[in-house]
Amino acid sequence: MSETIVAIATALSPSGIGIIRISGDDAVKIADTVFEKPNHEKLSDQPTHTIHYGHIVERNGENDYKIIDEVMVLLMRSPHSFTKEDVVEIDCHGGVYLLKRVLMLAVKAGARLAEPGEFTKRAFLNGRIDLSEAEAVMDLISSGNENARKNSIGQLSGRLSCKIKELREKILYEIAFIEAVIDDPEHYDSMDIKLRLSGITEEISDSLTHLKNSFDNGKMMMNGIQTTIVGKPNVGKSSFLNLLLGEERAIVTSVAGTTRDTLEENISLDGVSLHLIDTAGIHETTDVVELIGVKKAKESLEKAELVIFVLDSSDSLSEEDKYLAPLLKGKNVIAILNKSDLNSDTPVVKEEDIVRIFENNPPVHLKVLPFSAKTAEGLSELTGYIKEIFFEGKINTDEEIYLTSLRHKNMVEEAILAIEKVKDSLQNDMPEDFYSIDLMQAYASLGAIIGEEVDDDLVDEIFSKFCMGK
Amino acid sequence: MSEQNSKITDSVDVCIIGAGHAGCEAALACARLGLETVMFTVSVESIALMPCNPNIGGTSKGHLVRELDALGGEMGKNIDKTFIQSKMLNVSKGPAVHSLRAQADKMEYTKSMRRTLENQEHLTIKQGEVCKILTKINGDGKPEVCGVEIATGMIYECRAAIICSGTYLNARCLCGESITYTGPNGLMAATHLTKELEAIGVELRRFKTGTPARMDKRTVDFSKMEEQTGDTPIIPFSFSTDPDSVQKEQVSCYLTYTNEKTHEIIRANLDRSPIYAGIIEGTGPRYCPSIEDKVVKFADKERHQVFIEPEGLYTNEVYIGGMSSSLPEDVQLAMYRTVPGLENCKIVRNAYAIEYDCLAPGQLKPSLELKKVENLFSAGQFNGSSGYEEAAAQGLIAGINTANKLKNKEPLILQRSDAYIGVLIDDLVTKDNREPYRMMTSRAEYRLLLRQDNADLRLRKFGFEAGLVSEEVYNRTVEKQNKIDEEVNRLKTTFVGGSKKVTDVLAKRESAPLKTAASIADLMCRQELDYEFLHELDPDRPELPKDVVEQVCINIKYEGYIARQLQQVKSFKKNENHRIPDDIDYDDVLSLRLEARQKLKQFRPISIGQASRISGVTPADVSVLLVYLASKK
Repeated sequence: MSETIVAIATALSPSGIGIIRISGDDAVKIADTVFEKPNHEKLSDQPTHTIHYGHIVERNGENDYKIIDEVMVLLMRSPHSFTKEDVVEIDCHGGVYLLKRVLMLAVKAGARLAEPGEFTKRAFLNGRIDLSEAEAVMDLISSGNENARKNSIGQLSGRLSCKIKELREKILYEIAFIEAVIDDPEHYDSMDIKLRLSGITEEISDSLTHLKNSFDNGKMMMNGIQTTIVGKPNVGKSSFLNLLLGEERAIVTSVAGTTRDTLEENISLDGVSLHLIDTAGIHETTDVVELIGVKKAKESLEKAELVIFVLDSSDSLSEEDKYLAPLLKGKNVIAILNKSDLNSDTPVVKEEDIVRIFENNPPVHLKVLPFSAKTAEGLSELTGYIKEIFFEGKINTDEEIYLTSLRHKNMVEEAILAIEKVKDSLQNDMPEDFYSIDLMQAYASLGAIIGEEVDDDLVDEIFSKFCMGK
Repeated sequence: MSEQNSKITDSVDVCIIGAGHAGCEAALACARLGLETVMFTVSVESIALMPCNPNIGGTSKGHLVRELDALGGEMGKNIDKTFIQSKMLNVSKGPAVHSLRAQADKMEYTKSMRRTLENQEHLTIKQGEVCKILTKINGDGKPEVCGVEIATGMIYECRAAIICSGTYLNARCLCGESITYTGPNGLMAATHLTKELEAIGVELRRFKTGTPARMDKRTVDFSKMEEQTGDTPIIPFSFSTDPDSVQKEQVSCYLTYTNEKTHEIIRANLDRSPIYAGIIEGTGPRYCPSIEDKVVKFADKERHQVFIEPEGLYTNEVYIGGMSSSLPEDVQLAMYRTVPGLENCKIVRNAYAIEYDCLAPGQLKPSLELKKVENLFSAGQFNGSSGYEEAAAQGLIAGINTANKLKNKEPLILQRSDAYIGVLIDDLVTKDNREPYRMMTSRAEYRLLLRQDNADLRLRKFGFEAGLVSEEVYNRTVEKQNKIDEEVNRLKTTFVGGSKKVTDVLAKRESAPLKTAASIADLMCRQELDYEFLHELDPDRPELPKDVVEQVCINIKYEGYIARQLQQVKSFKKNENHRIPDDIDYDDVLSLRLEARQKLKQFRPISIGQASRISGVTPADVSVLLVYLASKK
């Protein structure tokens, strides 16, 4: 017996359609209460995996009802559904008000509002998906852009699981060999184990390190690169920002500025997600209100993974520009020489001028880019630079696997550590039975990622994500 | 006097059914713990019989014997009295996998154990086949043991019984087309108990094992084989045996190999093998395959090892290790004669396979008591294991736990992190084993801690608490541990600097000079240095017994690894200590898969850790269970 839950499965935004999902033992019965086919047939009499046209209705009596919306209904019976329970999905017309109204009708008919992530939780508990897949769904729900979504779908289809399984198999083979040698010393010879294991540990180590490093990329894909825009007023910061925002049609979230001078936006630029913070100018001031703005801006600079420094290419560098340079030391900086449309042949400020002001305070990366917020000149180069700096020039989420969960990263790090210990043992010429101690550890750590090792803490953590009831 | 009453021979505490290695340990444990005990055997001559290989110990099995000894068992002492060759295996590897193995003089082994049993207070030996376990319904509505009935109709009243029936239950031996309904070595099979057990709700199944031929050694040409001698000095099995008392002349074993010709003969006659012809129904062990299995499954292997081992000093029979078979005797003879050194061999006893009834999985508590019948315990091959040592270890634990039960004490349950015995019993209790279970080092997750050299330090206290280890012996172990700790501590806090003397001493072993002060313990961790050698830099060290020094060295040299295993044990114990309530209703755990629900209902694990090891229960199922338990809190 499972309680029947209902939720709006699509984002609450003014979009064309919206989906209501119902899952549980009474899903079909509840759908029948709120849904009416033109021929008055019941959903409960229909075969599984069929689509039905009809209306969402509010009933006042046997044959007295009011039409709320015109919909398509998908019927998926247990166990062939996402939750392995009976599932009904109602494709409604979009609109927050309408969706909520349909939702409340379902609740009135006996469904309970789902907790966040509860569908996923059920899918996991019912053995439909493994842990890493469940986590991927949670990522998917909260992911901000196309590539993050692809990566989540990749995990969902088990790509991370596959990779981890492949590594575990390699480790297991070595463990098994060592064990055979120990258990049957008269039949098996361990002569070449050390040589072979050196090669294998190196290989596994490389794969794991690669996975671990992907975490930063994965996190950036998921949350966006923390990007701070700086520049003095009137260099065209606003128009630059508007260009970026205009370019990006699907704004995922829009966080209202926390001070009157700071604006935060999530945007996606050709698949790269940026968490943009537009700061107030940073300059020396005694004005109290301005001081707050400047302090905020400095804080945001500290956290920034990328700084976009906007300058006016038609005006000579000011004291304020020079004042900013030391604050960007050790950062990834892209300097935008704006208003290039005004002076494409003879800019007042040139690349070498910018390089000069950073001479004593070198950033990690410094790219200088002629730009026109008006004609969008330089926009594709900007995207290219960002990819170059953060993703070594390529984002290919169709093949690469990115770690996006901190838990996964910790487990991979544990495994790396264990493999390092195996290498130490090899180096110190320890007997082979010592290798398996740490190989087992690596095997277990990786198993925890895909839920093939039982771990109390892990379950706790996963379910804290899923808002466990009771 | 009614007929019924006249048949009541005796009224005792415990009846032990069987006198093999499990039965002997169970009987001795019960009697030593003060219970009036009767041990039944189909033949008094077959007490502690070794019907297969003529040795005790070997990889991981040697560990079991040491642990058994530390707990107060007999096997280690008995083999120390009767061995004819001894060898520490795996010495080129780490201390965790060193394993002692001794060739036994089979007849002496049996005689010596029989003598011990016959002279044990509170213990009676009775020849007779137990046909029936008598039960009454107790206050909880559950059948409870109240006696046993033997073939002559005589009844022994008792409060508890331990089944140690080995391979005797409905046994049948197969050698090609020849099938005999006997137990091992032609001994009488026990044909009644199976259906009586089934009648009280115990489920049985069929397993198979086999043994190779025995040859007349006068017909074997040892000059064509490699000689394998024993170790000097000899290390005894028992912690109670004085090492000086076991240094003696040893006999050799010999190594030879099969060849392509051997394999050809086997392949040509596979249709006459009862296994390949489908006559054998029982499942045989993968780790101890018959020679025909080896040839079929490892077809690319050009040769297989054959060990020629003496059966004793009294006899000319030698055991042909590695070539067990159920092929007809004419094929056996032909194939044995292709092996170098066996060209003219004469078979004294032919190889055969044996099938027998044993307990189906899921019916045992970790105490080795059957779930369905109160006060009925079982041990050894009946529980689905294989091997003398595995049997003896279970026999001892079943004996201790029978006594604990009758005395209303908690059962002794060793954990996987305590002992190989803990691993063995946990696996037998939780796993759906499809073949006779053999102990292997790879089954022990924490083997760096479970060494054969520290079995006394690990387990004496359990033996003492159970009442099988004397206070004096226990105190000696405590004292040993203290000495080890003190010395480790002293070595860690005794520092030497970069003086010329130190540099000179280190130079003798080409060890790098010290730049800053280092402890003796630090120096011991260098590959090229050891405790003995560092004596020169550590003149004030106390005089310590050899076994203490051994522990000190291992503790210091492998400290990092030991620490990591302890860490692993810690996280393991978390799940072990996460108890599942006895009254849990698995039907109430909604999201469990059907198979997992069935298995959990069948095995009824006591902890999350145990649940996670049950065959057919996946980690996802355990997660579901964890969530359920958390929500019930």
